[in-house]
Amino acid sequence: MKKLTKNARSNAVTYAIVIAFYVVMQVLSGSGHLSNSLTGQLIPICVYICLAISLNLTVGILGELSLGHAGFMSVGAFTGIVVAMSLQSSVASGPVRLVLAMLAGGLLATVVGVIVGVPVLRLRGDYLAIVTLAFGEIIKNIINNLYVAFDASGLHVRMLRPITASELTDGFLIINGPQGASGVTKLSTFTAGFLLILFTLFVVLNLVQSRSGRAIMALRDNRIAAESVGINITKYKLMAFVVSAALAGMAGALYAMNFTTIAAKKFDFNTSILVLVFVVLGGMGNIRGSIIAAAVLYVLPELLRAMNDYRMLIYAVVLIVVMLATNNPVLKAFLARVRDGFTGLFRRKSPTPEGGDGDE
Amino acid sequence: MSKLVPLPSPGMVPERDVDKTPVLETRRLGITFGGLKAVEDFNLTIGRTEIAGLIGPNGAGKTTVFNLLTKVYQPTHGTILLDGRDTAGMNTVQVNKAGIARTFQNIRLFSALSVEDNVKIGLHNEIKCSMWEDIFRLPRHWKSEKVAHERALELLSIFHMEDMAAAQAGSLPYGAQRRLEIVRALATNPSILLLDEPAAGMNPSETAELMENIRKIRDTFQIAILLIEHDMNLVMGICEGICVLNYGRVIAKGEPEQIKNDPTVIEAYLGKRGAK
Repeated sequence: MKKLTKNARSNAVTYAIVIAFYVVMQVLSGSGHLSNSLTGQLIPICVYICLAISLNLTVGILGELSLGHAGFMSVGAFTGIVVAMSLQSSVASGPVRLVLAMLAGGLLATVVGVIVGVPVLRLRGDYLAIVTLAFGEIIKNIINNLYVAFDASGLHVRMLRPITASELTDGFLIINGPQGASGVTKLSTFTAGFLLILFTLFVVLNLVQSRSGRAIMALRDNRIAAESVGINITKYKLMAFVVSAALAGMAGALYAMNFTTIAAKKFDFNTSILVLVFVVLGGMGNIRGSIIAAAVLYVLPELLRAMNDYRMLIYAVVLIVVMLATNNPVLKAFLARVRDGFTGLFRRKSPTPEGGDGDE
Repeated sequence: MSKLVPLPSPGMVPERDVDKTPVLETRRLGITFGGLKAVEDFNLTIGRTEIAGLIGPNGAGKTTVFNLLTKVYQPTHGTILLDGRDTAGMNTVQVNKAGIARTFQNIRLFSALSVEDNVKIGLHNEIKCSMWEDIFRLPRHWKSEKVAHERALELLSIFHMEDMAAAQAGSLPYGAQRRLEIVRALATNPSILLLDEPAAGMNPSETAELMENIRKIRDTFQIAILLIEHDMNLVMGICEGICVLNYGRVIAKGEPEQIKNDPTVIEAYLGKRGAK
């Protein structure tokens, strides 16, 4: 029972951090203390937090390196745009359209996740990483050659050959090949982003702390032992991979609905790596770490804008320092002492010497 | 301990199990790796509640037999009957569901997870709950988690390990890790338990306790146990039937007393001069 409460407490802290982040940002932007550029970053921050949490399910919990997360994001993004723009006349409410777009984005990303996952998850380690990387590029190129339009007679979808305005009766282009989608109505809000983070957290934490999640972690820790106790390897690998893809698809839809124009090249290898960096620096399998890493590392280049020429240099140095620091035994011991000091402070009401350290 | 008696089909089981289908029966089981015959013509019959031993010098093929029984390796020859059912075409997962559980010579725990979670993973197929019920915390999730928690503590109590339930499995002392592996295997509700060197690394008093516990497990769960062990006190102390392997072949089978005095066994362990 003690274990259960420990999990519950840790979850509560994670949810509290997210809620506190939302409240603080709302207050700051309400009172005009937030710079314009930072206000514009709020939705992307939410999106990248969701992406980091969902990728952590594949990389940290399942233990397989996936380099194609942006691919699922891309599938969700363009599905979301198509749904939102097609429903423009029939569904008046913006938030409802946004929810429908995110659900559709998540659903198609799920389908693609299954199609990709079934063959890819037979591979392990580096091979899996390479194939997922290729998958991301394939998705990008497919969407680069995809033309989607909507008119009185419904949706038109075509590959390779552009759809011209003369072919449409009273309609409009939604996706125009390499130029991507333009004229998208901005539906995303910071509140929607916040709710999506909560939803992503809810799904991932509940999945991990359950029968299915234990099976997933079992096959990460020791595949042979997991099989020996009757755990179906393929099923649980696919489960983690597909749930991760679905959540990335939903986040992608939210991301796309934040811009008036968006092209497939935004969702390239660099985006996948960026999310992977958040996961690795936040700690593999550490969901709370992913949230903090995504938020901090995403705004850092923005905050450093004043030091224009040096900002990428400082960013790189921060990444290296974080990586070294989190692997440094001396620092780890120090942090553990600080933590013990803090808890000791609350329990005994009398600060120990270590407790003193903790205050500083 | 009851005496071994021959069955109508080849093989011997303890007297009390003679009227029941043997839990495990292998016929001419074998595997070749390239040109190497790692195990050849391996015949073994184990009664429903028998404690049996598999011994032999290093490299004799004992662990390979375990890997064949659990389908980590697919046999190239022969058949394995589990409760009279042929296991041909089954994989490791299906064989476990059909009733074989095992431990490993080099411990294979889920070391990053807690002791309790290790046992709960063993209970995976004993509790039923879908992914959706887990994610949305539907009533069956809470019910199955409660059952899993209670079952896990109950199983851990066999080895008096309830207090360690929250500890990380990888941080346990060596002996406790071995015991945890046995608990995890038991959690899958097997009809036969394969133990690969359960006493390795244990001191004499721990070994004595282990012997008691192996007997206790057999008596309470009414299952068969096949164990590989180098500790002859343990093997001779609890096994009703013993099978001796050397160079992938069975060189002797029988009750402990027969095996102890069998010249071919002594020769396999000590060489020709030792046998004299």
